[in-house]
Amino acid sequence: MTFKFNNVYIYSTSTVTGPYEGNGPLGKFFDLCHKDLYFGKRNWEEAEECLIKESVNILAKKGDFNLEDVDVFIGGDLLNQIAPSNYAMSNFDKSFIGIYAACATSTLGLILGGSLIESGFVKKAVTFTSSHNMSAEKQYRYPTEYGGPKPKTTTFTSTGAASCLLMSSGDIKLESGTIGVATDSMIKDVFNMGAVMAKAAADTIVKHLKDTGRNIDYYDLVLTGDLGIYGKKILKEYMFTEYGIKLKKYNDTGVMLYDRKEQPVYAGASGPACAPLVTYSYIFDEMRKGKYKKVLLAATGALMSPTMVNHKLSIPAICHAVSLEAMI
Amino acid sequence: MKQSYQDIVSKNSPKENVFMNAVVAFISGGLMGIIAQYLIDGYSALLDISTKEATVCMLVTLIFLSCLFTSLGFFDKWVNFCKCGLIIPITGFAHATMSAALEYRKEGLVTGIGMNMLKLSGAVIIFGVVSSFVFSLIRMVVGLI
Repeated sequence: MTFKFNNVYIYSTSTVTGPYEGNGPLGKFFDLCHKDLYFGKRNWEEAEECLIKESVNILAKKGDFNLEDVDVFIGGDLLNQIAPSNYAMSNFDKSFIGIYAACATSTLGLILGGSLIESGFVKKAVTFTSSHNMSAEKQYRYPTEYGGPKPKTTTFTSTGAASCLLMSSGDIKLESGTIGVATDSMIKDVFNMGAVMAKAAADTIVKHLKDTGRNIDYYDLVLTGDLGIYGKKILKEYMFTEYGIKLKKYNDTGVMLYDRKEQPVYAGASGPACAPLVTYSYIFDEMRKGKYKKVLLAATGALMSPTMVNHKLSIPAICHAVSLEAMI
Repeated sequence: MKQSYQDIVSKNSPKENVFMNAVVAFISGGLMGIIAQYLIDGYSALLDISTKEATVCMLVTLIFLSCLFTSLGFFDKWVNFCKCGLIIPITGFAHATMSAALEYRKEGLVTGIGMNMLKLSGAVIIFGVVSSFVFSLIRMVVGLI
């Protein structure tokens, strides 16, 4: 299902990260990089809540608008009950739609926010998403001080929050959005999320191209969410053998966020914050400079439940894609 | 013949270096054994106690050190490097218990530490008890014959 938007623009964006992202190759593009993972809070969950609050406040400051004028907030994160988002939003007296699509939350938020603006129900919508390496490790894997060995295909959950103000003016156009389907690729390996999600990414990209009647070369850059280095290879090969589409101008935000040689991140970055951190900072910068005109961002999310994995079931994945166009 | 998705996944997934991992685990695990033996010898010579008692002292020392190093925040890097060399000895058990205790301390003494401390290592206790029961049963039966 693809929506075409005629009057939805990204007015401003903000990115807040932790130390690993700040030390990565894109560090200089972020608005705020923390040195410590607690951000002065008592625990990981509150630290993640703090990330969201900071990113929303920076967004208002950067975009020079009043948070009072925002009609609706749309956002989510990785944790149970999307707790950090809910707690952060209790600080803003504004209508809030909490969403969960694992690491595809950012693009789902953009599509939903875009729909509300296109329909005329709201004038200003803020979408946000966050992830925190430690809170995610704690919930999905092992206690953070536990040093169990991990295979090379493991991805490293990024720490950060990214927000975006959608309205009817701005220099980046939200041109269209494709809502993906939950795809089960029959992979049960929780340490190989790239393989879990690559099939969903292929499915959504192909559907997007079909719905819009476009060729893959229409886009100057195709970005996937957080497949990591091995998932990226899988997607390329699968797209070619299954659909005959050759991904040439393609990259994965999970590969871009960190320096895999210098940082202990295994296959690359993951987490809901990964795709928007890279896109809202570095990619938008390049779009404004004119390097990319049309970008397809396909954020991928592994809909992993530790309980279902214990039940020996495979992990479904989802991918939501948005087409972004530079207006300069 | 078209490749299935599973084929593409296995083709593009990296192979773990099993041999290197085994060598590292063998050497680090062996070093652990040497340290433990020195501790036993040292304790029995210094405190003038039997080897059996010195063994207990050695175990307590290793448990204490792994817990301390876990709390200081660098033992996870050692475990990650040495892998089974540090996981299989009692250091692994202590590390797993301590890391869970540290993680859940903030959720309260009872609901946090009490209910979560054995999250990782509980299985070791359960199956340790079960297997020791099974083996003592076998020993008893064999002894009767």
